[in-house]
Amino acid sequence: MGEIRLMKGNEALAESMIRSGCDAYFGYPITPQSEVLEYLSNEDPMKRTGMVVLQAESEVAAINMVHGAGGCGKRVMTTSSSPGISLMQEAISYMASAEVPCLIANVMRGGPGLGTIQPSQGDYFQATKGGGHGDYHLIVLAPSTVQEMVNHVRDGFELAEKYRTPVFILADGAIGQMMEKVELFDQIPRKTDAELPQEWATTGRGSRKMRNFITSLNIQPEKMEVINHHLQEKYRTIEKNETRFETYKIEDADYIFTGFGLGARICKKAADMAREKGFKVGVIRPITLYPFPTAVYQKYAGKLKGILDVEMNSGQMVEDVRLAVGDKTRVEFYGRMGGMIPAPDEILEHFEKIFIK
Amino acid sequence: MNEHLIKEENLVYKKPSTLLDVSMHYCPGCGHGTVHKTLMEVVEELGIESNTIGVAPVGCSVFAYNYMNIDMQQAPHGRACAIATGIRRVMPDKYVFTYQGDGDLAAIGTGETMHAASRGENFFTIFINNGIYGMTSGQMAPTTLEGMKTTTCPRGRDVKTMGYPLYLGPILAQLPGVAYVTRQAVDSVAHVRNLKKAMLKAFEYQKQKLGFCLIEVVSNCPSNLKMTAVQANEFVRNTMIPNYPLGDIKTPEGK
Repeated sequence: MGEIRLMKGNEALAESMIRSGCDAYFGYPITPQSEVLEYLSNEDPMKRTGMVVLQAESEVAAINMVHGAGGCGKRVMTTSSSPGISLMQEAISYMASAEVPCLIANVMRGGPGLGTIQPSQGDYFQATKGGGHGDYHLIVLAPSTVQEMVNHVRDGFELAEKYRTPVFILADGAIGQMMEKVELFDQIPRKTDAELPQEWATTGRGSRKMRNFITSLNIQPEKMEVINHHLQEKYRTIEKNETRFETYKIEDADYIFTGFGLGARICKKAADMAREKGFKVGVIRPITLYPFPTAVYQKYAGKLKGILDVEMNSGQMVEDVRLAVGDKTRVEFYGRMGGMIPAPDEILEHFEKIFIK
Repeated sequence: MNEHLIKEENLVYKKPSTLLDVSMHYCPGCGHGTVHKTLMEVVEELGIESNTIGVAPVGCSVFAYNYMNIDMQQAPHGRACAIATGIRRVMPDKYVFTYQGDGDLAAIGTGETMHAASRGENFFTIFINNGIYGMTSGQMAPTTLEGMKTTTCPRGRDVKTMGYPLYLGPILAQLPGVAYVTRQAVDSVAHVRNLKKAMLKAFEYQKQKLGFCLIEVVSNCPSNLKMTAVQANEFVRNTMIPNYPLGDIKTPEGK
């Protein structure tokens, strides 16, 4: 058993960052994720592990600092919330193209625009369909508990380095702000300079005869297309190897509630309430939003009477659910926006209205 | 046919080993080639090619990594100083520099430049000031002089509607985090020699961790100024330098 603590989601994520052997964090304050930078500043990780913590002058600067440090083969992270994540998109696109590994967390708030500081899941499209310009994907992990905030940081760094890609944690303001019991893993040592990837990272040439360089520029179309194909092949490999999901009471289910993060957590409670009323409801919760767990929906779709997709947005993930199941089963949507959180009885009411009556 | 004469002891000049043996894409007469060569000469002379990391901007010198045989990263437009901050913070024992044009540094990247300088980040920036956008073919730059014609101020820069030229070097010099600001040029051999001395100093100050350093280089852009190489250097001498006077603006010695 690791150390047990009662922690806020944002603080748990920050503690996990230090324990994951992170080399540097660059961030900028924005509600509802400012506790990440505050916790790190208070912990003095330079003393604990030698980890750099720097408050940047903007989200634009923060993500570019991540680009610089990540390009040196270091383990690097930034966090922000929706408007700040929009500002980061240019550099995220550059890093996807130049294959710079890093970890980025979005503790989502309601939008569009400055919106609200209350929790939302309105950035699903942005996170899973690119977000920045060009043709790329990020691996997107969606925590639904504070414990997953801890685990996804460690896993996210590993995935980023395994596939040389930016990895995204798509949380929301509620997961960031709520306190739960977490089990922390022991300190993972930071990489030594000798462990930095000499085949691509800008560590200084050292004993190499030729330089390494990090770039996303390939001005000849023939060469750029080769890079595009390479990236797409990588995404196919990621889809094959890294798709993650959770199912709940699904084997005998006639209906499925589905959602991600906090939405999925509320779906579980709503499914239990439905079962008390005699409706066989299960839950599918994608843990990776990209790659999307298409196969699990396809597996069950044929024997279902319907799927109710619940999100804290106007219906974004539901498009991927519909793509997965086609016309094999009926897919309906229920959502709240503007920082409102759907209650389990509200979901149940809509389920009965749509599917039962 | 005179190859037998080219012996090490007869050489008065050679390309630094830190420059790769490839043709440069720069236009004939462009200052970038001279600045690249001078910088790589300094890196070679100091023997620091194995522990120097450069950052290339968006602009004509985006391809700097094709020519310099040192580890390099190419930054999004204007973000070189943020990238360099990231590098220097996790690699505190390496030499780090950014190489940026006036649009990159003094327009879209003003924020990143000011704040990296203000934090006293221990890297230096080469700031190529040629008064015009090069790669996008001759638009108005923040450094375009009053009355100077470009494709986006075809009747000359009207400062009342287009703003005044931005003198970022003297502004940065006021920041306590900044150790060294100097303005040099590449229009003559004498000026290139001074530039080289400035680069040697900037590496030395970085070694001593004195803070941020800026080397502004008044340069040319023959293609977009629509001049011959000779005319472009005369333009630098007769028009640019009187507006951007050369010399040290701030030194660690407090001069």
